[in-house]
Amino acid sequence: MTVALDAVPRIRRGVKCTYDQIREAHVVLFPEGVLVLNETAASVVALCDGVRSIGDIAVALADEYAGVEPGDVAELVARMVERRVVDVHG
Amino acid sequence: MAEAPFGLLAELTHRCPLQCGYCSNPLELVRRDAELSTEDWRRVFDQARALGALQIHLSGGEPLLRPDLPELVAHANSLGCYVNLVTSGVGLSRDRLRSLASLGVDHVQLSLQDATRAGNDRIAGIKAFDRKVEAASHVLDEGLPLTVNTVLHRQNLDNVAGIIAMAERMGAERLELANTQYYGWALRNRAVLLPTREQLAAADPVVAAAQERLRGRMEIVYVIADYHEAHPKPCMYGWGARQLTVAPNGDVLPCPAATVISSLEIENVRDSSLHDIWHHSPSFNAFRGFEWMKDPCRSCPRKEVDFGGCRCQAFQLTGDAAATDPVCSLSPDRSTVDLILETEMAPAELPVMAMRKMR
Ligand code: SF4
Ligand code: SF4
Repeated sequence: MTVALDAVPRIRRGVKCTYDQIREAHVVLFPEGVLVLNETAASVVALCDGVRSIGDIAVALADEYAGVEPGDVAELVARMVERRVVDVHG
Repeated sequence: MAEAPFGLLAELTHRCPLQCGYCSNPLELVRRDAELSTEDWRRVFDQARALGALQIHLSGGEPLLRPDLPELVAHANSLGCYVNLVTSGVGLSRDRLRSLASLGVDHVQLSLQDATRAGNDRIAGIKAFDRKVEAASHVLDEGLPLTVNTVLHRQNLDNVAGIIAMAERMGAERLELANTQYYGWALRNRAVLLPTREQLAAADPVVAAAQERLRGRMEIVYVIADYHEAHPKPCMYGWGARQLTVAPNGDVLPCPAATVISSLEIENVRDSSLHDIWHHSPSFNAFRGFEWMKDPCRSCPRKEVDFGGCRCQAFQLTGDAAATDPVCSLSPDRSTVDLILETEMAPAELPVMAMRKMR
């Protein structure tokens, strides 16, 4: 699937984002399982607040990570949609 | 060292108001006086979290029968774990659910035995259907995600469309339709439970169409009827790889059905820590990786996908837990499964289901 740049992703109900001290990694917890996220993915997921669009998220991350393209964010969000971690509107 | 587990299946009790004849609990049910105490369970949760577990599935039997459930939910939540309540729905009143939700239940998994009241209650052995429907509405009102679980078998497979419709009506986000796996109680009742080829062939397109129609609304997970397949279903993500189970008496199991492997030496949380058991016990190391495999699995490319199938099934049907899962068409024991299908799928007279009960 592809996600449009003006789409607005939101963390699904029942999904928890947290930091795991044991693995020293960001994780998402959801009914089906656990996803261990890398730094970038964790930052993207944290901004899936149901308000910001993919484009907004890319802008917000640009300060922190040089060279983040909206296309990269869209791709990551698409993967999170497939894993039922986020859903998208718009 | 083995990688850390992601989940703990905590079977808080084997007591249950329902009597499903395919129950995944062992035939030899743990009695109330042998159950772990609240303190024990708190320690088990602490140890599981320290080991890496992030999900705690509170299951049973019926976990609502443990008076300390609220305390255990709160404790699991305080550790930062995702708390999944696995229930029959019997005893899940609005107040009870509200309080459990406020203490930290993140998700509810509700069993449904069949599409209709009559069918459901016949399989469950008690009047449970209306209470399940009510429980589902409480879960929705509380804003918690709901998974409905149905075990499929000869008695309800023809109603799969109705089961899907019922799960939709209940407001489930996910529906797990799992064909019966034959260990313990289900093995004992296999001749009543084994579906026919025709039933499976009729159900497949119904499920596939519903998966398509409900995409994005209700996810449907379908677990195959492995006796009828050419390849086994994969064993979790491999033995001792992702999850551990603690039985009501503190026995620590690499998989929920592992007690059927009578040759396996099982450790207990009263004697050892989860850390030691996970990393060093013979039972958890018995079938990790690929070294234990024999041919045909050892030289088969599919071993990365199915891990040689189910160890419990291999043991039950061949007497050797390290054998290739006999449902595999490459197994030298496949004829055992074919014979079962031949004789049990078309019995002259359907035997009576043995209802699950404590002795
Ligand atoms: S050994 Fe069998 S029952 Fe146990 S987890 Fe693996 S597939 Fe399932
Ligand atoms: S031979 Fe073993 S690994 Fe290959 S498909 Fe059969 S069970 Fe799986």
